[in-house]
Amino acid sequence: MNRRLSVKPLRESSRLLFALTKCGLALVAFAVLSLNAASSILAAQEPAPITVCPTCRFTSIKAAVRYAPAGSLIVVHAGYYHENNLIVNKSLKIVGENWPIVDGGGLSDVITITADSVGLSGFVVQHSGMGTYGDPAGIKVNKVRGCVIDNNRVLDDLFGIYLAFSTDCQVKNNFVRGHTLSESFGGNAIHLWNCRRVVVENNRVNGYRDGLYFEFLHDSTIVGNLSEHNLRYGMHTMYSADNSYRDNTLRNNNAGEVLMYSQRLVVTGNRIEHNWGAACYGALLKDLDDSRLERNLFVHNSVGLYADNSNHNTIAENEFLNNGIAARVLADSDGNRFTNNAFDANTFDVATNSTTTSDNSFNRNYWSGYRGYDLNGDGIGDVPYHPVALFAVLAENYPATMILLRSPFAELLQVAELAIPALTPKALADAQPLIRRPSWSKSVTFASASER
Amino acid sequence: MHSMLTVLRFNLHELARNRWLGAYALFFGAIGWALFYFGAAPDQAAASVLDLVVFLVPLVSLTVGVLCFYSARDYADLLLTQPISRRTVFAGQYLAAALSLAVPFAVGLGVPFLWYGSHERAMETLLLLLLAGLMLTLICVALAFLISVGTENRLGALGGALVVWLFFVVIYDGLLLVLIMAFPNYQLGRPLAGLVLLNPFDLARIVILLRLDIAALMGYTGAIFQQFFGATRGLVIALTALSLWTVLPILLGAIAYARRDF
Amino acid sequence: MVEIRDVRKRFGALIALDGLSLAIKPGEITSIVGPNAAGKSTLLKCMLGLIHPDAGEILIDGSVVNGGWRYRKKIGYVPQTPRFPEAFCAKELLAFLTDLRGLEPRNESRLIELFGLESTMNRPLHYLSGGTRQKISLVIAAMFDPEILLMDEPTVGLDPLSSRRQKQWLREERARGKTIIVASHLMAELEELADRVIFLLDGRVYFDGPPARALATTGERTLEATIAKMMEDRQPCTAC
Repeated sequence: MNRRLSVKPLRESSRLLFALTKCGLALVAFAVLSLNAASSILAAQEPAPITVCPTCRFTSIKAAVRYAPAGSLIVVHAGYYHENNLIVNKSLKIVGENWPIVDGGGLSDVITITADSVGLSGFVVQHSGMGTYGDPAGIKVNKVRGCVIDNNRVLDDLFGIYLAFSTDCQVKNNFVRGHTLSESFGGNAIHLWNCRRVVVENNRVNGYRDGLYFEFLHDSTIVGNLSEHNLRYGMHTMYSADNSYRDNTLRNNNAGEVLMYSQRLVVTGNRIEHNWGAACYGALLKDLDDSRLERNLFVHNSVGLYADNSNHNTIAENEFLNNGIAARVLADSDGNRFTNNAFDANTFDVATNSTTTSDNSFNRNYWSGYRGYDLNGDGIGDVPYHPVALFAVLAENYPATMILLRSPFAELLQVAELAIPALTPKALADAQPLIRRPSWSKSVTFASASER
Repeated sequence: MHSMLTVLRFNLHELARNRWLGAYALFFGAIGWALFYFGAAPDQAAASVLDLVVFLVPLVSLTVGVLCFYSARDYADLLLTQPISRRTVFAGQYLAAALSLAVPFAVGLGVPFLWYGSHERAMETLLLLLLAGLMLTLICVALAFLISVGTENRLGALGGALVVWLFFVVIYDGLLLVLIMAFPNYQLGRPLAGLVLLNPFDLARIVILLRLDIAALMGYTGAIFQQFFGATRGLVIALTALSLWTVLPILLGAIAYARRDF
Repeated sequence: MVEIRDVRKRFGALIALDGLSLAIKPGEITSIVGPNAAGKSTLLKCMLGLIHPDAGEILIDGSVVNGGWRYRKKIGYVPQTPRFPEAFCAKELLAFLTDLRGLEPRNESRLIELFGLESTMNRPLHYLSGGTRQKISLVIAAMFDPEILLMDEPTVGLDPLSSRRQKQWLREERARGKTIIVASHLMAELEELADRVIFLLDGRVYFDGPPARALATTGERTLEATIAKMMEDRQPCTAC
């Protein structure tokens, strides 16, 4: 669905034109020098920035955009700009100074970008329409290439920053805050639909339905964002492939990281924490295949990692700390590898809905509940660890059993299980449980402890 | 009333001789202090103490209750031949035994709780936990006295106390599990809430549990319990049930005590 | 005045009191004798309310006592084997009982002096010998100057001097019009002291009368021999 652009960006082609003219007049031997000169002449000849302020020639950004030739720089000074859907339809760099406020007045989009290579930074963008028709947004980007949405404060819109059919864009350093009250009438803070090669970096978002929402997103990088206190999900990916999610923090959402109907995602170094409550999840995997989740930290989620019909994923070197159920892997998931993870102080380590579960493997993980021994001192326990507790099995099949949670009777089941291993589902076992926490996990733990 | 308090004082004087009561206080003090000192969040501290409260407190209270009764039994003639009623003697002995367990528990846990756990939200849970522990102490000493009145010797009573403890802690919950497994297609939330009222240990555990994070794991049944016990009304119901669990064994025990021969 | 009307008590198959009726007058020392398990202690305990009779009534000064407790103000009791709380010393125990009764003890210091207990009053009770405990038990029973004294084997473990003083004291109390009931199997003790002997066997009265008449009935020379003869004959005393 990606739109291929046939015309090169204007600014690039004008530079090329200057260079060719110079080349034609000068000797070939001076070609390189001339090129250098050309760029300095270009800078000198660039038009002065167009300024917008309440007392300037341009008092509205809309007027400045209409006037400005493509490639211009528009500097907007502090002020309150009631723009009523500012459409940026040419390649402009628009920079706010001292946080000018662009107010949509509750009608449709606040700012719409429809041209390639637009830069927008330094604005407070607020009050889009709130009707769901047309998905009104603070900043809407439609069918463009190479936009940069940097360092804006996007407040109280139905959608915060909304990109559709766009490529090679950057959305970074923005603060997006909403006050979504219901899931069904809520938008998302940063919403990417049918996009490719986008970088979403270092944004802070909260108060939306989903903090970060990606549908049909490919070859993109999501890095260093903080998404918290959203009604539904911290980060939500649907029908996407080949994206990388690094070092994001997803906390206090109904679910932190939700990955659905997607392939080949790489999820590393994320902190997924405090997604706690009935039906809450750290990471929710639904029809996710061939992906890697590595070195993430799952702290205090009702369910740390939930896998439904998800196959051939690698879950390695993650830390699962203080979760209700660290990992719940449904029997329709296949070929997932859990290795070198640390499972520490979770109420239940692993739960599943079937005792004859499929071939998901657990190998060389550290389990704080492991009571085995290591006679030859190679750091690997000599008896397998069965991470699915009998009580968890009962609770899975008879949910009302949960009223016995933390009762001495439940403890007794645990003991019975140690004495009579036949009671536990055999299929799920870590044949080589680690005796000590993997070395990598310590730094993570200390960091999390200090933050708490 | 005066004679009851005198009997209470008399029995306390006798029980104060026992060093294990101090040890009981120190044990809970050490647990409470250690939990906070080693950095457990108040919520986690509450969850850990909850395990002790529903497991250890009843066991200790039942057995020590029996021992208290029988140690008082040794010199009961001296009191029973005085111009005071059997009821007075029984009440004084019960209160002495209950206090000598409740005070070490409350002091042992209460001091570290107040010292370290003064977060406002968690405090409420911790105080409720203290209250639950105290109620369970009163209930178990009452049951211990009822059992003791009905038996002829210390060993028989200790056996009875252990059976009661096992029943409430293991057998009852086992039967609940059987019931749950027998009716997998029924919504058992409300019947289960009713059945939990009949087991003071389960009741105390669940009322506390519902206030902790971990209640999120209890799913649909948990939600029904939350509805039932979570609100003020539910707390009142729970406290009423626990009070009945205290008062009824005391009354029955007093009646049996008045009827038996010495 | 203590009246027992058709009191019955059984413990399982054992009939302890089998329709017992008695009237015991003040100003006398009444001794209840009989072999082990004859029902002596059971009778005393019934009077005290420690044991509930299956049937019958016990009246103290004309009012039925079954199940009540206020009448015990009038009673002092010396148990067969006194048992005390271990943590107390004698002084604390007496203070506690004083507090419990809400009365000032009248005989306390006289009895302590009589039995030479001054030096032991501050020692923990569990250090004391059986005889000393017995003396303290006597002090406890008598310190509030009760109208009725019930004593179950009161001389067991007492040294001869204390035993003599105790008897002396009992005679004084009798002279003051107290009702004194002593259960014992030591006949020689009672022979010189009792105004009336009640012989219990299998929960029934086999003989009731002055010691002299008992001797006369059987023709024996001592009360002990008389009782032994009665036990051999096992004939209910028609004269009673």
